[in-house]
This record gives sequence, C-alpha cells and structure tokens, in this order.
Amino acid sequence: MSLTDEERRELEELLPHYPDRRAAADSALRALQRRRRWLSDESLADLGEFLGMSVAELDSLATFANMLFRQPVGRHVVLLCDSFACWSLGYDGLRAEVEARLGVATGGTTPDGRFTLLPIVCLGACDRGPAMMVDADLHGPVAPGGVGAILEDYA
Amino acid sequence: MSARGPNGSAHRPGAPDTTGWERPMSRAMRADGAPATLEDYVAAGGYEGLRRALGELKPEDVTKAVKDSGLRGRGGAGYSTGGKWSTMPLGPDAPHPKYVVCNGDEMEPGSFKDRYLLSRNPHLLIEGMLVAAYAVQADAGYIFLRAQYDEPYANVERALAEAAAAGYLGEHILGTDWSFELFLHESVGRYICGEASAMLNALESQRPNPRARPPHMTGAGLYARPTVVNNVETFCAVPSIVRNGADWWKGLSITAEGGTKIYGVAGRVQRPGCVELPMGTSMRELIEVHAGGMQPGFELRAVSPGGASTAFVPAGQIDVPMDFTAMATVQSRMGTGTMVLLDDHTCPIGMTLNMLQFFAQESCGWCTPCREGLQWTAHLLHGIEEGRGTLEDLDLLAEHVWFMGADKTFCDLAPGAMQPLEAALRLFRDDFVAHIDSGRCPYAPEETAAAEAAPAPAGETP
Ligand SMILES: Cc1cc2nc3c(=O)[nH]c(=O)nc-3n(C[C@H](O)[C@H](O)[C@H](O)COP(=O)(O)O)c2cc1C
Ligand code: SF4
Ligand code: FES
Repeated sequence: MSLTDEERRELEELLPHYPDRRAAADSALRALQRRRRWLSDESLADLGEFLGMSVAELDSLATFANMLFRQPVGRHVVLLCDSFACWSLGYDGLRAEVEARLGVATGGTTPDGRFTLLPIVCLGACDRGPAMMVDADLHGPVAPGGVGAILEDYA
Repeated sequence: MSARGPNGSAHRPGAPDTTGWERPMSRAMRADGAPATLEDYVAAGGYEGLRRALGELKPEDVTKAVKDSGLRGRGGAGYSTGGKWSTMPLGPDAPHPKYVVCNGDEMEPGSFKDRYLLSRNPHLLIEGMLVAAYAVQADAGYIFLRAQYDEPYANVERALAEAAAAGYLGEHILGTDWSFELFLHESVGRYICGEASAMLNALESQRPNPRARPPHMTGAGLYARPTVVNNVETFCAVPSIVRNGADWWKGLSITAEGGTKIYGVAGRVQRPGCVELPMGTSMRELIEVHAGGMQPGFELRAVSPGGASTAFVPAGQIDVPMDFTAMATVQSRMGTGTMVLLDDHTCPIGMTLNMLQFFAQESCGWCTPCREGLQWTAHLLHGIEEGRGTLEDLDLLAEHVWFMGADKTFCDLAPGAMQPLEAALRLFRDDFVAHIDSGRCPYAPEETAAAEAAPAPAGETP
C-alpha cells in the first residue's frame, strides 16, 4: 500500500504547522488513523516514507499513545470512563450494560465489526458522570437502561 | 452569597467601565449553552484587552499588569503568571522564534473546567494567548488539546478562523507591526502529556517523558526556544486584567489572592457543573448553594477538591475558602478547583484504589520509584479492598507515601498520586481496618462482595 493522493494532500496540509516533517509525526499518525481506522504495519511504513522516519520510531510513538490503535478496531469506538468520579456515579452498572448490549468484554470488538469497547481515563466530564464517548460524541450522564438508545444511532 | 467585587468604584473618566464585569471569564457565554461566537464575544467586551495592550501598552507593561494582579497559574501548581512571563528574554537581542503554548491536556480525573471554558467561550482563550504572546513577543503558539476533546476542538477551530478573518491573528495584527500565528494541536493521548515539559516533547512528536530542569522552558522550551506554557484558565483570566487593570482584578476575590476562579462540583449533588465565582468561595457554598446540595439519601463524607492529585478534605472542614493559600491549612491543595464528592454510599478505599490505579497506569515509566512503586501501592490497595489486606499493609502504604514524596521522583506525577493516599490513610483509617477485620468491603452487598470489587484496569489500547 502507499498513500493515496487524498491522504497525501491532507498530510501536506499539516506540515506548515510544524518546523520540520519529523515534528508532524503525532498529528500525521492521528490523521492517517482517521482515514484508515487503525495503524497497520503498512500504514506506518507509508508514513515513515512520507516523514523520513523509521517504522520503529513511529511505532514507539504509537505504542505510547492511548488513542493510536495498532490493532483493528470496529467502525465505532466506544470509550467508557473508568475514573473515580464516574466510578462513584455508576460506572460498574454502565459497563455491565454496555458489555451485555455489545456481547463483548471491554477491550473487545463485536463480531460484525461495528463497535470496539475501550476503557478511557476521565473525560473531563465528571459533572456528567457516568460518562462515555462514541466516536466524537460525549454522552452523559448515561442513565441505567439508556445505553441501547445511544448505540442505535451508530450504524 | 458573601460580598464580592468589583471594588464598587464609580466609573472614572478615562478608566474602562467595569460595570457588570464580576464574572469576566463567563461574561460572553450564551444562555443556550452554545459556544460564544465572535459577535457574542465582541459584544461582551471581547478583544478589548488585546486592543488596549497593542494600542497603549509596551510588552513589559502587560507582564507587569499581570504580575501586579497576583494571578497564579490555574493548572494546579499556582505559579505566578506574570513572574513566569518576566523570565522570557525580551528586547532586540532575544532569540527567535519564541513560543506561547496552552496546556489543554486536562486528563487528571476530577478536572473538568477547561472543557467548560473551551466549550462555551473559545475566543477568550485566543485573546488571552494573543495578549500573552504580545507580552513576551512570541512568534507562534500552540493550543495543545487532549484527545477526546472533539467538541472543544471544533469550537476552537471555528473561533480561530473567525479571529483570523477579523484581523486578530496572523500578519500585522490590528494594523500593528506585530504578527503571531496560532496552531491547534490534538494530543494522541496519555496523562503525562499534561506535565508541561512532557507536553513540549509531545508537541515535537518525541516520546512524551518529562524533561530534566534546568533549563527552564522560558530559556529553552519548545524546539529549545524560549517558551511560556500556561493552562487554559490562566490565559482566560488575562484579557480582563489587561482591560480593567490589576487593582480591579484583585478586588474581585473574597480572599487576598484576587480575581475569580472557575469552580466545579461533581458527585451526588442536585446540580453538578462549573461556575465562575470570586476566588476564595468556600467549598460549603459551592456544594450547598451553587450545586444545590446533596441528592436525597446521600451524605457528604469528604471532598477531592481539585483533581485526583489533591488530598481528600473531610466534610467537617468544608468551610475553608477555596484558594491556593487556605487549602494548605486543611492539608490539601486547590488543584484545578473542580471537586468530586465522596458520599456515604461509596467506599473510600475503593475510590482511593481507583485513583491509584489511574496513576499506576499512566506512569510514563521513566523513573523507578514511580514505575514500580505506583503498581505496588495499587496492588496493596486492591488486596485490602478485596478483603485480603493486613494491618502491615497500611504501614507499607505509609512507607510508599514517604518514598514517592515531593522531589524524590523525576516529575510530580508520583508525588501527586501520594496525596490522596496519604489523606486516605489519615482520614479513613476506620474503613481500612473494617476491610481488614471483616475480610471484605463493607460497602459491597454481602453476597457479591468479591465480584463488586473494582476490576484491575484493562489496557487503554486494544
Ligand atoms: C503529571 C502531570 C500532569 C499535568 N497535567 C496538566 C494539565 O492537564 N493541564 C495543565 O494546565 N497543567 C497540568 N500540569 C501542570 C503543568 O506541568 C504546568 O505546571 C502548567 O501547565 C503550567 O500552567 P499554569 O502556570 O498556567 O498553571 C500537570 C503536571 C503534572 C506533573
Ligand atoms: S514520576 Fe512517574 S511520570 Fe514522572 S518521570 Fe517518573 S515515571 Fe515518569
Ligand atoms: S471521572 Fe469520568 S469524566 Fe471525569
């Protein structure tokens, strides 16, 4: 695989924000992941060529970051806050409900590839706990029994 | 509500009219909750601080006003903002480029004020950064936002475009010969990126371990250039100080520290959320008046005053004013000033365990006491919570509190983690002993005690 013209154009647009290509790496990884959903070895190789970096260097960045995925994820990523405010406001019940709805444990992807369920640290929405995100959308407080209606909107 | 500013001074000719500016950071916020547009913002006196700075003040005068106001950084540590700016090299011989960076990482559990400002008043941050950049004569700036702040990101992105179109950003700002570029950067994640020097590494796409100090960032920061790093709320405080003056700002507070603060309350209260109030408002007033009091059936046991790295304050001490100085008298810190309540239905050991699991998971692994010690404290707490603890474990935990105390680790993550643990050992001794004596968590229903214990954290990456 190599970068498509469209991918290349988006990455080129990022470069002026940084003094050199190398410094754009985190943003480039994020941008490519948005398009390809997760970062395969081939994706790192494509980016390495574009940025003038080794795959190992990019991998060391990707494996440190919690929002760069080196394994396939579903079409929608559900992030469930497991930090202490949400924990005290009903996290255990919410987690059980989401896991039951999706039929996967936290960390898993539904067999149809629709959802991946991941834990996340505090979403800065403690006043809306228990909170969760689906893709770019924040949901909270999620009332008991409210998970189904939320997930329906993500095909 | 106690008496509050502004100083009550009548409008003097030539002085800015400060009538109705008691809540300078939320003035422009819309009642419908949508982000203030450029139009909303300007109608509420927005960008007047920038106009005043560029039109009437020399860069060093701006720094002086901020210093005189007593403004202390809102990222948690409370460092003098004007003091920090004044260490930036200024004048014809100063190296360029210089940078201004906004710390919008906000990942510490229990911190939720920057989201509020970014969601409701994005131009305020932009103006604050512009004024700061003018004061230190910076050439470019970055707004570092955590991953998952998609909505704040979109708001700031829109506001940046509006500001650029109106001539507040870019070349020859407001017709002067000063130019400044401002970029939005989205983090790829991890709490350590909020530590200012680790954040600069992250911005450079280096592995985000903290950096050794010295050198200080104002000497050698981003790309080894002079750099000012401030929190979102710190920048948001700046425009009104420059517009209305240091004395005006000082007159807004209840206590001596000056100004207003974005406070927040989360937990089993009637109306959780954020609110801007005079600095020094008491925790009791925040909880009982602004958050509407506890929900029926719940009683307050303790408060985590400003993020997971601040020590619990027991319910009996909530009359203390929330400011940097007064919080030390109850052996805690203001931190971010957004509090999370521990209620009487929630296990204090379980809550402390949750916090320590967070810190253990987010340790960057650079130095040994933190990398190994946090895992071990979380392990010991987990054992106690599940009923496998011993009294000796409490001594071991206390030893770790000393072992990872201030200045024994490479950065402040580990000492921060020890603050709630130290307070838990001091305040919740009876709960620890009850777990150990009965061999179970007294807060868990009898039959499911083991199953209910907090699960070990799963990895953040699939
Ligand atoms: C582990 C760790 C995480 C931090 N996270 C943040 C953060 O998310 N936001 C922030 O403004 N400051 C954070 N800080 C504090 C910063 O290092 C720095 O002191 C602050 O951004 C300076 O801004 P201020 O002077 O305006 O407060 C963190 C510190 C540590 C040790
Ligand atoms: S104290 Fe922890 S987070 Fe800070 S440098 Fe050491 S290992 Fe990293
Ligand atoms: S603890 Fe869940 S959003 Fe803060």
